[in-house]
Amino acid sequence: MNIELQGISKTYGSARALEGLDLSIEDSKCLALIGPSGGGKSTTLRLLAGIEKPTTGEILIDGSSLSNADEHLREYRKSIGIVFQAYNLFPHYSALENITLPLTKVHGYSEEDSIERARELLRRFHLLEHANKKPAELSGGQNQRVAIARALGHKPKLLMLDEPTSALDPEMTAEVLEVIEELVEGQKDVIIVTHQMGFAKRVADQVAIIADGKVAETGPPNQIFENPESNFTRRFLSRVLKY
Amino acid sequence: MLFAPQEDSNQDESKKSQLLSFLLAGLAFSLFTYFVFAAADYHWDWSSIYEYRQKFVNGWLASLLVSLAALFVSLLVGAATVIIQKSRFLPLRYSATIYVELVRGTPLLVQILFLFYVVADSLGLDNRYVVGVAALSLFSGAYISEIFRGAIESVGKSQLQSAKAIGLTHYQTYRYVIFPQALRRSLPALAGQMANIIKDSSLLSIIAIREFTLNAREVSALTFSSFESYLPLALGYLILTLPIMRMARVIEKRIRFET
Repeated sequence: MNIELQGISKTYGSARALEGLDLSIEDSKCLALIGPSGGGKSTTLRLLAGIEKPTTGEILIDGSSLSNADEHLREYRKSIGIVFQAYNLFPHYSALENITLPLTKVHGYSEEDSIERARELLRRFHLLEHANKKPAELSGGQNQRVAIARALGHKPKLLMLDEPTSALDPEMTAEVLEVIEELVEGQKDVIIVTHQMGFAKRVADQVAIIADGKVAETGPPNQIFENPESNFTRRFLSRVLKY
Repeated sequence: MLFAPQEDSNQDESKKSQLLSFLLAGLAFSLFTYFVFAAADYHWDWSSIYEYRQKFVNGWLASLLVSLAALFVSLLVGAATVIIQKSRFLPLRYSATIYVELVRGTPLLVQILFLFYVVADSLGLDNRYVVGVAALSLFSGAYISEIFRGAIESVGKSQLQSAKAIGLTHYQTYRYVIFPQALRRSLPALAGQMANIIKDSSLLSIIAIREFTLNAREVSALTFSSFESYLPLALGYLILTLPIMRMARVIEKRIRFET
């Protein structure tokens, strides 16, 4: 995928989340957005996912511009898959129903086709035995894998994940990150906001450090982690990698 | 065995101690009632009342039917009000708010009289049962709209974001995500509201609707009795409201367990 963000700013009331952010990524399979909390990573992802609109600036995904029209943005969101930090499944539906809902209501699948597709995904993520359980009956890691399955239901080319493991313990984090790594190997394009530096190093081919509403540095992970250009990146990485 | 187990112990109170405690509490209430009436030197005479038993049954059934009709209509009124309150057209939104505040801020008795003697009269509506159900429904609908509003607003922001992310339209988000959850969460309060409607229906006697309270008062007047008429009246309402309130508790427990 190719991503181009030009002069993006985003304000919520009087709070400025992004201030003139520029980012240009070419031909990436897995882009990791990392940086301090409150620095603008998640906002950047929500703009890329078409969930929110920038206050100013332009976003180009594979050369085509994201418009500000609601209907256009909904069509765009339908073409990608999105996973949030936690609690993004619907608690009143079973795991299976959570996956079939967008397939039947948004993507025009028949009832049987959607169930078949959902079961295929649940089998792949070793969740088939939990198909009829509600989110409250599943562990955090299982829920997050169901959420990923839901995002993959309509076979999007591009998957966006906003801190998918931040609410999970280390073991569940590993089980979710494994799934994401498999996806990257399986020809999906992934943009991920994460605090897991090890994952960014190992799986991402491009890393962008976002802080204070701007991009501090971009580059392939070995360059960012071994030989960062900016002082900010150096300080940030030495702090987060210390323990 | 008359004490509940301590907060931090794992024991449940036994069925036997529950029953015994319940009987004791019931006995205390009965004794109190008995002595109050005894002190007032009240002479019970059930024979004259018994003749009019059919009047009680008819009134009880009328109250039940009126309440059920009012519950059904007030659910529609409540749902419509909450939808109008969420409308982006501000004059519409404010009319819903004014309606809710007026109804919640004035006595039901005044509303019934106003609706019957002013509104129904000017509309040429002379079926007092229709007016009665309408009055109860408008009254209860305002409360139900508040129940719905609270339940809708209790559906988390992350749910709305997820709905948006998977591409649901605004309407689909309400239909598949917000309403099913909001409805479940509002069930206990709705059951409580049903109990309120049943009790409030007694005020319809003021416009001569032949419901339970009016009939009991008539029997009382005909037989020159008082509590021989009003005691069955109270019991008749309890038969309806106790199971409903019990049901509300059970639903509440189940919902708490599920989320």
